[in-house]
Amino acid sequence: MSSGIRVTPEVTHERPAAAQPRLEWRVATVVSVRDETPRARTLVLDVPQWPGHRAGQHVDVRLVAEDGYQSQRSYSIASAPEDASVALTVERIDDAEVSPYLCGVLRPGDGLEVRGPIGGYFVWDIAQGGPLLLVAGGSGIVPLMAMLRHHAHADAAVRARVSVRLLYSARKLEDVIYREELERLAVSPNVKVTLTLTRDAATHWQGYRRRIDRAMLEQESWPASGMSRAFVCGPTPLVESVATLLVELGHDPARVRTERFGPTG
Amino acid sequence: MQTEEMRLDGNAAGGVLREVFARDVTAALATCTGCGAVGPVGALLEYGHGMGMILRCPGCDTAMLRVVRRTGWLHVDASGISLLMIPESTSIS
Repeated sequence: MSSGIRVTPEVTHERPAAAQPRLEWRVATVVSVRDETPRARTLVLDVPQWPGHRAGQHVDVRLVAEDGYQSQRSYSIASAPEDASVALTVERIDDAEVSPYLCGVLRPGDGLEVRGPIGGYFVWDIAQGGPLLLVAGGSGIVPLMAMLRHHAHADAAVRARVSVRLLYSARKLEDVIYREELERLAVSPNVKVTLTLTRDAATHWQGYRRRIDRAMLEQESWPASGMSRAFVCGPTPLVESVATLLVELGHDPARVRTERFGPTG
Repeated sequence: MQTEEMRLDGNAAGGVLREVFARDVTAALATCTGCGAVGPVGALLEYGHGMGMILRCPGCDTAMLRVVRRTGWLHVDASGISLLMIPESTSIS
């Protein structure tokens, strides 16, 4: 390496203040499964010695075939840090290696190898404050749901100081993950949920019917002067477009955090 | 498989990076040797995943960090990063 970085394998022995526990693979047990949409399923896991997590973090999941072939993927945690168990919501990608197993084969009582929680960039704690802007595309809602649930767990006085707006783009109404829960959360005066449906032909839909664009962000995001924090998660094109538009609208790039979801299966 | 080629970002690489650095570096700030841009590791573009991956600069596409696993060894090439600033606290501002 020509750079100034030295990688010391023994660094864990020194345990500086910020050192984290070694990331170990653990066998979680599936407690329950719940279908959220025709293509997305939530797996509620009991993970032994789970150290707790922060909203926005993910776990790595590893599947090992009998011949030793391994597949590894990352899935965002949907549950709040306050919840007792760890919930993942997985979107099924056809012809892929991992998600069809997680969405179709895995049953309560089955084991699943996971390691985590992972991540320190795309995370939010209510102590960091708001106002908070969450922008999701498709299954990109999952880590943002952990943030919304974390917000909902806070004391009313704390929650009242942190307003949240969610702008969520889905193809059709039936593809909207956590729809009923989002409706319940939006009853709070501090939480606004806005959906846009990009491919829904239903004539009853009165809301947005297009991809997220500049005019929609101007309407639905906080004014740039409000020092809001933005978390944008979804497919790469959506994330890059929304992050660019927010910066163009005057938002501080350091307060716009992104996570790209690819259909890695 | 086409989907294996899909681009993710440094957030998804957080697990492999924990193996290398023994702490979270997704919130660390990396300086690109190609264009000098400074940004969080979590916002770098990731190609490949799990067994081997490359993190590229979102601005100029320089390969900033490569990690490949080969029979008992982790190969780490960080030659695309001229400076990595790792926050000492896990909390972020």
